Amino acid sequence: MNQDLFIQNLFNALTVGSLYALIAIGYTMVYGILRFINFAHGDVFMVGAYFIFFTVNFSIIPWPLAALAAIIGASALGILVDRVAYRPLREAPRISALISAIGVSFLLENLGLVIFTGLPRPAVQPAWLVDPIIYGNIRILPLSFVVPAVTAVLVLGLLFIVYRTRPGLAMRSIARDIETTRLMGVSIDRTIALTFGLGSALAAAAGIMWAMRYPQIHPFMGVLPGFKAFIAAVVGGIGSIQGAVLGGLLLGTVEIVAVANWPELSGYRDAFAFVLLIVILLFRPTGLMGEKMEDKI
Amino acid sequence: MKAANPSPISEPHALRNRLSTLGSAALLFLGIWWAGHNLDGYQTRLLNLVAVNAILALSLNFIYGFSGMFSLGHAGFMAIGAYVSALCILTPAQKEMIWLLEPIYEPLAEFMTPFVVSVFLGGLAAALTSLVIALPVMRLGGDYLGIATLGFAEIIRVLFTNLAPITNGAIGLRGIPPYADAWWNYAWLLATLFVILSLLKSNFGNVLKSIRDDEIAARTMGIDTTAYRTMAFCVGGFFAGVGGALMGSLVTTIEPKMFNFQYTFNILLIVVAGGLGSVTGSVVGAAVITILLEWLRIIEYPMDFGFIRIPGIPGMRMVIFSVVLMLIIIFRREGLLGNREFSWNAFYDFFGSLKKRPDVHLGHLLRFLRLVKKLLAGGQP
Amino acid sequence: MSECTLAEDNAGRFTAKTLHGPGGSGGVAPPGGPLLELSGVTMRFGGVTAIDDLSLKIPPQKVVGLIGPNGAGKTTVFNVVTGFYQPQEGRLEFEGQPLAGLPPQKICALGIARTFQNIRLFAGGTVLDNVMVGCHVRRKARWWMAPLCLPVFLREEKSIKEKSYALLERVGLARAAREKANSLPYGAQRRLEIARALATEPSFLLLDEPAAGMNPQESEDLMHFIAKIREEFNLSILMIEHDMKVVMGVCSHIWVLDYGRLIAEGGPEEIRNNPWVITAYLGRPAEGGPHSA
Repeated sequence: MNQDLFIQNLFNALTVGSLYALIAIGYTMVYGILRFINFAHGDVFMVGAYFIFFTVNFSIIPWPLAALAAIIGASALGILVDRVAYRPLREAPRISALISAIGVSFLLENLGLVIFTGLPRPAVQPAWLVDPIIYGNIRILPLSFVVPAVTAVLVLGLLFIVYRTRPGLAMRSIARDIETTRLMGVSIDRTIALTFGLGSALAAAAGIMWAMRYPQIHPFMGVLPGFKAFIAAVVGGIGSIQGAVLGGLLLGTVEIVAVANWPELSGYRDAFAFVLLIVILLFRPTGLMGEKMEDKI
Repeated sequence: MKAANPSPISEPHALRNRLSTLGSAALLFLGIWWAGHNLDGYQTRLLNLVAVNAILALSLNFIYGFSGMFSLGHAGFMAIGAYVSALCILTPAQKEMIWLLEPIYEPLAEFMTPFVVSVFLGGLAAALTSLVIALPVMRLGGDYLGIATLGFAEIIRVLFTNLAPITNGAIGLRGIPPYADAWWNYAWLLATLFVILSLLKSNFGNVLKSIRDDEIAARTMGIDTTAYRTMAFCVGGFFAGVGGALMGSLVTTIEPKMFNFQYTFNILLIVVAGGLGSVTGSVVGAAVITILLEWLRIIEYPMDFGFIRIPGIPGMRMVIFSVVLMLIIIFRREGLLGNREFSWNAFYDFFGSLKKRPDVHLGHLLRFLRLVKKLLAGGQP
Repeated sequence: MSECTLAEDNAGRFTAKTLHGPGGSGGVAPPGGPLLELSGVTMRFGGVTAIDDLSLKIPPQKVVGLIGPNGAGKTTVFNVVTGFYQPQEGRLEFEGQPLAGLPPQKICALGIARTFQNIRLFAGGTVLDNVMVGCHVRRKARWWMAPLCLPVFLREEKSIKEKSYALLERVGLARAAREKANSLPYGAQRRLEIARALATEPSFLLLDEPAAGMNPQESEDLMHFIAKIREEFNLSILMIEHDMKVVMGVCSHIWVLDYGRLIAEGGPEEIRNNPWVITAYLGRPAEGGPHSA
């Protein structure tokens, strides 16, 4: 591979990896606290992309504000989903919540189909983000700098909330031991709602940026990125935010590098993540940064 | 003393119940014969779908409801069954017509087997695949197993899209001979029921349920939990393959895209609605959900009332069904039947008690049958 | 129903076992040798040493006890013996055969069965189903014989049912055979768990706090019950128990653990008067104890 292509691929990997990382954080936070896969998370990502599309195209709100509105809207959706579909199942077996999550996922996708129709829509793309910068043979979108930068800011913000504030302390405490935390007088439901809100906000941010890079939005756009981001969370070690970021970047790199080196494998691109998942589960089921959980006998 | 205590372990009325089972099987085939002469194409298709979905639901329930493994890879096993069986029943002439872009892998071009063997081979291929998958994933529990099996199903789908010399790639296979009529489908349903019930009613059924309820206690009881979970996974995979094979011949066209997660979702919906851990529930659930799913198609078609035209709403059907699934899991987690099963003793007790009630008579039964017929016809566009 | 009827009712392996000593394990301990021997067993979790250099010999055909304060490592000993934990150091030999590296299911097949401190019945099954699961480890037919209805399989199914029912009669639960296991009262659940363990035809049975949550009358009954099954099933029993009346009343030999270390062993009388034991239990030096004078 020549150097120009290498640099270009590096930025591609960083961009895709950052987006996976942002989605993966939502999976890992919910899994860390409630121990189930929030299947609907990928669809919140999709809804985020639609929110900004409609706000920008059907109002005079400038797009930075629209992006903020979309992120807030998606957070509200995440909290609503938890309230309606998961909270009634807190005491039920974990698999019940998982089935409910699959239900929510299909509901959001098909509701998207009903409301937005299956017609792919053009994404909101501010021109300054997608005018390629050309330097010799290298052709890079400004987006490729912006996405990792925005991701870094968001992740640092999240880490601040989780490690330096009281609600963050409550979150970490619930992840360790929900019953004891309840006894300490922490409002479990409010903290869980906050977790869903934060995770959904990051997913919506990822959705908005994803739509700029792959400039079409449709109701099923969240399915595959959702699965892959979940896999990134498992690879990084489920329950760990840093692990989710690492897993996302790793997965993005594997996809881009593999296709760049072996173009004949491009048809199998969507299978890489799943193969990676199975390899990780086989050799290091707790992921790269996860802690081992012992079964109590 | 032995005589005074007539074996406490044997089932009461064993002979009567066995005869009842044989009788109802005969009645079922009589019904199929009647259906062959009286039902139109659409209704027959619905009847067939019920049988195939029941097979698929039984296989998933065996894996999940009885053995406690949350598997989301059903569509993958179905795809394998459908493709293998289709490759076995397509004629060499058809194969030459279908593989246009890339020639077919040579040894397959002339290969052909009778339908019953093809379906069996489809099931066997799916079972072998389950075995290969089981080796790495069996030690995972709960939702990890779910996501890993889902991953395998996706890998299978991507493989099938790319292995054009065997699968004809994304275009799929068309013109699969429609051998899967009601006779075959219901015969395979009965075979599935027989195998699954004979396993579940034996002590092996207790063993599977014990692993589901408490794996640590099961291992303490000397049960090789990995071996038995693998067995259950493969038996379930076999019947998923059989269901896929029948489905392929029923719809006559298959492509990799068809076996997506949505398919697994539909089967999961049937199992959960019918009742996890209930064989009866899976069969009843298959009938109810299949008919409802078809019936609700009506809202996705445009409706024309002469003076006003309502456009169809694509996606509405699945909106309703996702809501149904969530309502079931939130408000009635045990589904229609919980883990209860149909038993002849309960059946005869029920009719014995009906006899004492003068207000119930044959007319009720006839009215019920008419309602069923109306429901079968209801979804016709 | 009397004992003699049972012997007649249950032809075959069950009776053979009860008449001719431990079944299933194939070999019987060499005369005079211990049934189970732990030597120098050490089990650590991270930095915590749960069992520290533990050596003990379980004699055949006896009821013996393992006592100690909470957190002394008693249940860890059970988990090591039944193969759930692999100790970092030391050897375990059962009937002269090393147990190292064997998974729980293999250890059960050798003839070691156990119950759990927090009862672990199979909640989805009936009382009879639970005992039948215990019979599984001794069965010969394979699963694929079930749909083929092979006579071997059908005969075995019948004998498993008969054997399980007979076991339920012995522990006084035959009437409840068709009820859900988790609908039984607490004491009956404990007995059912013991019956399920007995169904695996053990020569060594580990009971983890069998008297927990029982009133004095129930504990009294339990003592007789334990002595009775030891006698009838011809096995050794090791029990963890906090109820000293039960331990002293039924055990012929007692080991005392504290912080994972063996601090005393001996007959009930010796243990009762051992100053170390009193210290460990009461947390302060007793008169003549290790820290006094």
